[in-house]
Amino acid sequence: MNFVVALLIGILFASSVYLLLNRNFFKLILGVIIFSYASTYFLFIISGVTENKPPLVRGETAGDLAQLADPLPQALALTAIVIGIGVQMFFIVLLKKVYKVVKKEDVDELVTTDELEEPETQEH
Amino acid sequence: MLFAPILIPIVFALFCMLFWAKPQIQKLLALFATSLFLANSLRLIHVVYESGIQTAQAGDWPSPFGITLVADMFSALMVLVTAIIFLACIIYGLEEVDRARKAKGFYPIILFMMFGITGTFLTGDIFNLYVWFEVMLVSSFVLMALGSAKEQLEGAVKYMILNFIASCFFLAGVGLLYKTFGTLNMAALAQTIPKGQNSEIVTLSALFFIMSFGIKAAVFPLFFWLPASYHTQPLTISGLMAGLLTKVGVYAMIRFFSLIFTHDIKFTHSLLLLIAGFTMVVGVIGAIAHNDFRKILSFHIISQIGYMVMGLAIFTPLALAGSIFYIIHHIIVKANLFLISGIIKKISGSFRLYRNGGVYDHFPLIALLFVVSAFSLAGIPPLSGFWAKFILVKAGLENHMEIIVAVSLLVGLLTLFSMTKIWAAVFLGKGRKSLELQVSSKAMFGKKFFRDHYLMIIPVMLLALITILIGIFPSVLFDLAKQASDQLIHPEAYIEAVLKQY
Repeated sequence: MNFVVALLIGILFASSVYLLLNRNFFKLILGVIIFSYASTYFLFIISGVTENKPPLVRGETAGDLAQLADPLPQALALTAIVIGIGVQMFFIVLLKKVYKVVKKEDVDELVTTDELEEPETQEH
Repeated sequence: MLFAPILIPIVFALFCMLFWAKPQIQKLLALFATSLFLANSLRLIHVVYESGIQTAQAGDWPSPFGITLVADMFSALMVLVTAIIFLACIIYGLEEVDRARKAKGFYPIILFMMFGITGTFLTGDIFNLYVWFEVMLVSSFVLMALGSAKEQLEGAVKYMILNFIASCFFLAGVGLLYKTFGTLNMAALAQTIPKGQNSEIVTLSALFFIMSFGIKAAVFPLFFWLPASYHTQPLTISGLMAGLLTKVGVYAMIRFFSLIFTHDIKFTHSLLLLIAGFTMVVGVIGAIAHNDFRKILSFHIISQIGYMVMGLAIFTPLALAGSIFYIIHHIIVKANLFLISGIIKKISGSFRLYRNGGVYDHFPLIALLFVVSAFSLAGIPPLSGFWAKFILVKAGLENHMEIIVAVSLLVGLLTLFSMTKIWAAVFLGKGRKSLELQVSSKAMFGKKFFRDHYLMIIPVMLLALITILIGIFPSVLFDLAKQASDQLIHPEAYIEAVLKQY
């Protein structure tokens, strides 16, 4: 099971990198989202895959560590998801705004800020 | 006491939100909050100086289970310099930031950013550090996109994608550390990670963190977002970001690679040394190539980051003290240069070097302020940059690292070259016709200019004064930096202060 999950995370990372390298805005958004999911999933799964073990219990089984899944990665993943979703939302809105202003759906067109300005002759 | 610097910005940011439609009230609140913050950070540094490392537990959970806030000398110094820069930039922004931005929540967002930055400096828990990073980044995204000009949006996209990916790398690194050691508390991690033996999984995690902090600090192969985005906003925001944000990445790097990842210094710190060298050289070459005031300054940030990483990579008490000295000096000088470029823009209406000229003839005060900061950046004695470089070079020579020392000296020379390029074009030169006309039409333009723009000039003068004072009395800052670096090199005191209740 662990192997399958590891493979899945690998595929997620690979596909997100592929999408991030794309020029298209929409694929860029997908790439960012999948990259964030992949790392969150990685964080979530670090203590191994467990079956039928709740992270929080009360009653007789409380205190028996063998019956528990590690709750901390779950809490971390939850925090990371919340933050990630917020940032992704902002990113989508930002790209929409960019599209409205630049009128092109192509990352390679966003080069105004990288241009090297020519030295002009001084005007007198 | 550790909670005060974190609570002040957030409380006042929320108050600012209450007065959303009234930027006038927000302005007063922001000024008041920053002054209060400055007073608190002075108190913090005093207490840390007198009685050592301070800790506090959020929510009273005992460490290492709860979130610990720690202030050692390094954090306290960074909080102090944060306060200084924010105060200067907010005063400067009173005039320079336009009405539209202020109406769209410039003040609350800037306080949120202050909140995030302070949290980053004071936390002692790696996942909490991630959360602070996000608070800081999200507010910087908003500041960067506020205004929605074309090039600004383009810069924001680049900045955002790369920094978001950096955060994801951070998460992966956190995951590996937690998996291996079962704790997220920095002090507990420092205690558990076996020293002096090569453990692959720790090194892998260290690489994830180098990647993440490297993007945030804009080191050599990962810096491309910085020159693409820093020059697109009003100078108040540029100054804040150029001064503080990348240095937050350097801070985190120094913290992690002196406290946690010291298991395999030979590998990790050699890698950092390599990165440092390339960062210096590539940054300064970029600066030489450009002809826009702000872009030259942006590339200088990159080359200067190299010096800070160099101190970390040499990893002796003196070198780390040099790094810390360099960070403090650089934040003040770099923010100041950005603010000065804003004043130049007010004078001539352009950031292009060749559209400027003759500023020295008409505004000798501005020229003087520029000289102080620019020569300090290049490392001319007796200004602050000279001492920073001197400490680093001395530390490098003591450890027989001649190559990196030679590179750093060469880069210093090239920095001076590109600063003289600005000097020759903007301050000397003949000046444009329009400028001459402007000047001749208003008698006593210099004094009138000062009266009109005193809100922009006074913070610049203050920052330049700090640069000069550091230059004349370097021993004051050096003692503090030395104390900070001793605490970093010998983390036992840090570990004990955090874990004492446990």
